[in-house]
Amino acid sequence: MIADYQSQNPAVADRFARIKQRPVRLTVRGLRKSFLSDGQERTVFDGLTFDVHRREFICVIGPSGCGKSTFIRIVAGLDECSGGELLLDGKPVGGPGPDRGMVFQGYTLFPWLTVKRNVMFGLEMQGKGRETADVEARQWLDMVGLAHVENSYPHELSGGMKQRVAIARALANEPRILIMDEPFGALDAQTRAQMQSYLLQIWKKVDVTVLFITHDLDEAIYLADRILVLGANPGRVLEFIENPVPRPRTPDQCVTPEFMAIRHRLEELIHPPVEVEEERVPMVKMTSAGDEVE
Amino acid sequence: MAQKDWLGLKKELPARRRLVLTILSFLLPLALWSAVSYIPWLWHPYVRVTVPGDVGLYDEGTYVPVADFKQQVAECQRDKVAPPEGELTNPVYLPAPHQVFRAFYTAFTTAPELQDDPWLYQALGRSIRTIFWGFVLSSLIGVPLGILCGTYRFFARLHEPFIEFFRYAPAPAFSALCVAVLGIDDAPKIAIIFIGTFFQQVLVIANTVRKVDPALIEAAQTLGASRWALVRRVIIPASLSDVYTDMRILLGWAWTYLIIAEVVGAMSGISAFIVMQARHQHFDNVYAAILMIGIIGFGSDLLLAKLGTVLFPWKRPRGAGAKRTWIAWIREPGPAWRKSVRKITPAPAQP
Repeated sequence: MIADYQSQNPAVADRFARIKQRPVRLTVRGLRKSFLSDGQERTVFDGLTFDVHRREFICVIGPSGCGKSTFIRIVAGLDECSGGELLLDGKPVGGPGPDRGMVFQGYTLFPWLTVKRNVMFGLEMQGKGRETADVEARQWLDMVGLAHVENSYPHELSGGMKQRVAIARALANEPRILIMDEPFGALDAQTRAQMQSYLLQIWKKVDVTVLFITHDLDEAIYLADRILVLGANPGRVLEFIENPVPRPRTPDQCVTPEFMAIRHRLEELIHPPVEVEEERVPMVKMTSAGDEVE
Repeated sequence: MAQKDWLGLKKELPARRRLVLTILSFLLPLALWSAVSYIPWLWHPYVRVTVPGDVGLYDEGTYVPVADFKQQVAECQRDKVAPPEGELTNPVYLPAPHQVFRAFYTAFTTAPELQDDPWLYQALGRSIRTIFWGFVLSSLIGVPLGILCGTYRFFARLHEPFIEFFRYAPAPAFSALCVAVLGIDDAPKIAIIFIGTFFQQVLVIANTVRKVDPALIEAAQTLGASRWALVRRVIIPASLSDVYTDMRILLGWAWTYLIIAEVVGAMSGISAFIVMQARHQHFDNVYAAILMIGIIGFGSDLLLAKLGTVLFPWKRPRGAGAKRTWIAWIREPGPAWRKSVRKITPAPAQP
């Protein structure tokens, strides 16, 4: 038996009512991205419209081709949109800047800098002195539990540790919004689960809005307040789902009715039942062993 | 099993075997050389006359083909005169290993035949000086220009087509021009090394710089790096270790241009030494000089490779990076250095 995914639980409704009262951090109005290819205009996505509030944790999911990566690259300022409005705290977003931190899927720590110097990088870019940057970097490394490897080089760390340093490096700038592009995609399942709970712990301590891209539905449900489901061809908002699974989240929640209900709904949205035409498979003539013998 | 497989495709051999093979790679040619030199029935097409006997044509030390010598001996025996004596030997241009190794030492201690000719160490010094200045001058302009072209499309478009065209003009073609403009002293020689290095250098380094992972640049941008900071704090350090490797390869090329440079104008340096020694038939010295060039080139490259692992600790294999050295102090004076010093110095014995 699967419960309706839109929870009727008053506690959940209350939680989202409170979130909506917080100031709006990111405003997306009719955002469109298209590019020219062979003289034809191709639309990546069109008409994205939604608000994200302060300290909200948003997961973005969608099939490949829905433009989710392009969308967050635009938020980060690494790509330009073709139309519509994108406001951060009411101000239009321009090129990349320290108010929007980003954690990439690949490991983008600077290999020539030690772990601590990596975290200090952004701080120094903000014009903070060596000493201040040093102290702050240490605190951020402490927060992600990696103070003991501050003098190691990135190549000496495991994949999970590298991403934790990358998170510390992005957060050290105290960005308004933390953008994460499938940050745990390259990790094995166990490390990934660990990283998810690490991330929630860190997020609890920091005043930051998170925009997290993933293709793992369980990951999205485990982490998010709201889940933005995008559709493909062209990319558009299918639904912006309020996640009813209560916090604090634990891995055991994945068997609760709420969890199963929302997962079911996400499955429906992401993999709609398609009528598959029976394909005509050409018959392959199999040589039997007997033929060969003769 | 991998352990027994010496010929595994794309598989790294164990350290011990690598060492064995490295030593063998030097020993095999040496063994061949020794065999030809010391086994009398291998080659040895000449006889060096030790006792001329009654043959008027022969002096002590004359080299004659074996067949001629045998004929002379036969003629002497027929005429009942004293036959010449001699020993089988290789041509004068192939001295035996021990002669060359002895020459290694004696070449340094033997005064030049002519008063004005340089000693070997002077010749070598002059060669190294020529390479050094040619390479340094080229790098002073070539490295910054290469980085500029690799970073900005603007400069790449502005400079690279011409350089690409110009590098096909071989450096030796400029020798006459260099002498006409710069005289016959060291200047045209340095200019040839410069021309031979510079154009390749710009293109190779620009290419290396272009290969910097764009994700690193984007990461730096999202951390608030300005344009100039991107170049100084990301693009340059990210490409530095590969640029260093490029420089090592370019330095190897510079050595090949040295021989051309040294025959330009007044012949000088190690090439002049080799030519003089060959003219006087001191082929052991010739080989010694050739080996010296090899040793200097190979040795300096090994040294630079070693220096590279010190300069770029993040390129070291996993586990080896923990060791920090004096270079850490140059980068970051203070506690890190003191800590590593504490680690290195043994704890004083407890009383």
